[in-house]
Amino acid sequence: MIAAIQLSWHVIWSRIVDPDSVFAHALWATVYISVVAQIMGILLGLLAALMRMSRFWPFRFLSGLYVLVFRGTPVLVQIMFFYLVLPLPNVIDFGAFSLRSSFAAGILALGINEGAYMREIIRAGIDSIERGQTEAAKSLGMRYGLAMRRIVLPQAARVIVPPLGNEFNNMMKTSSLVSIIGVYELFADAQQGYSATFDAAYFLAVAFWYLVLTSIWSFAQAAIERKLAVSEHGDEISLRERAVAIWTEGGGMVRSGWPWRARA
Amino acid sequence: MRAVDVHKTFSRLHVLRGVSLEVRQRETVCIIGASGSGKTTFLRCINHLEKIDSGLIEVNGHPIGYRKKKEKLVEDRERSIARQRTEIGFVFQRFNLFPHKTALQNVIEAPVHVRGVAKDQAIAEAETLLARVGLGDKKDAYPGKLSGGQQQRVAIARSLAMKPALMLFDEPTSALDPEVTGEVLDVMEELAHEGTTMIVVTHEMGFAKRAADRVVMMDEGVIIEEGPPEHFFEAPTHERTKAFLSKIL
Repeated sequence: MIAAIQLSWHVIWSRIVDPDSVFAHALWATVYISVVAQIMGILLGLLAALMRMSRFWPFRFLSGLYVLVFRGTPVLVQIMFFYLVLPLPNVIDFGAFSLRSSFAAGILALGINEGAYMREIIRAGIDSIERGQTEAAKSLGMRYGLAMRRIVLPQAARVIVPPLGNEFNNMMKTSSLVSIIGVYELFADAQQGYSATFDAAYFLAVAFWYLVLTSIWSFAQAAIERKLAVSEHGDEISLRERAVAIWTEGGGMVRSGWPWRARA
Repeated sequence: MRAVDVHKTFSRLHVLRGVSLEVRQRETVCIIGASGSGKTTFLRCINHLEKIDSGLIEVNGHPIGYRKKKEKLVEDRERSIARQRTEIGFVFQRFNLFPHKTALQNVIEAPVHVRGVAKDQAIAEAETLLARVGLGDKKDAYPGKLSGGQQQRVAIARSLAMKPALMLFDEPTSALDPEVTGEVLDVMEELAHEGTTMIVVTHEMGFAKRAADRVVMMDEGVIIEEGPPEHFFEAPTHERTKAFLSKIL
């Protein structure tokens, strides 16, 4: 059976044990894109969530429109749109570094798409904080902004971290879609290897690397959750316990009970 | 505090039907009554946690939640309402301590971030307040590690930290186990004797007898009887007051 699967194990081996610098560059690109897009998603999601809760109806409308459009269309389409339709210059110079337009378009599309999903996660996190907290803050003379910043959001952050961790997990995998507009990240590297040799082993090797990335993140997520839990309960749940919990419960997805939607 | 003919309706429920009350400085007034009589709603109207539909509430002569625009009363801006609230302390039935901050941090939070008090000074004053409520040794504890009675005492210290002109207590001991209500009531009694202006919604008749200058009975959205505790508990006049007290005492 194993012999029937035509794989060059030596390709896989070399990719895993002895990657070259081109590959390392691609790996770095994947991480970089995922992190920046996720941060963008969090900021946009926070903005959209606050707008959703505003008394000013145009804010609520815009927020709703944003989420409708970007949850309702495939990420791939959004990526193509940002690349083809937006008039980005070929190279965007930030002074210290520069980005190719495909890179920027890819990050932009992923970030904006992510924001539409983050809005609900953040809003639900904020709502989960009981009203008494804002009432106590207001009774002490705090205004809405101050109460949000110092009392509600810090507590909401604790609730938001598990589903956020899941989102970042997805982001690292979804970043593979930007290969379609020419960004040289992990998947594009595997594609190139395959198109040159028609050896499917390249994909198996890249799957391994994605697994490495997501596993590292699972561990990091466990550490973050543990750190946040300490200040609330004053206990230390061991890192091992947390990591095991995430492993068995599917990366925090099931445990947090958030509605999980399939990626495009 | 002066309330004049306050009305409030929640959807179809006319909860406050013309409440008028005056509380002088250094006075301690206890409000008692059955559930649904409107006493908690009235208290929450005083610091504008609830908006009133008609009538007027003033603290130290300033109308709460509204300002005079020409002849009419117009809803006040958030900034002014927040500033008014710094003069009014509110102690909740469920404490509402900030769980992500220690007892000390809870108490210094408002003075530092609302009033702009220097952190060292705020800490020093907070330590004094926590000692005053008997929790000097718990200043670095998180609320999750404190008992209900301890949490409520921290909540009282937190409200006192803003040095308010008026303290409001919304059934402060109703969510506590009987063993710990005593420690909270003792703190409140001390405050009353020190001359703090207090309005307390409570079911603790013993406390009302010992600490109140005046007891007020509310029923179905109006005040039906008020008077000093001796008169109130020895010889109530209103029918419903008698019925209520006979059930409680």
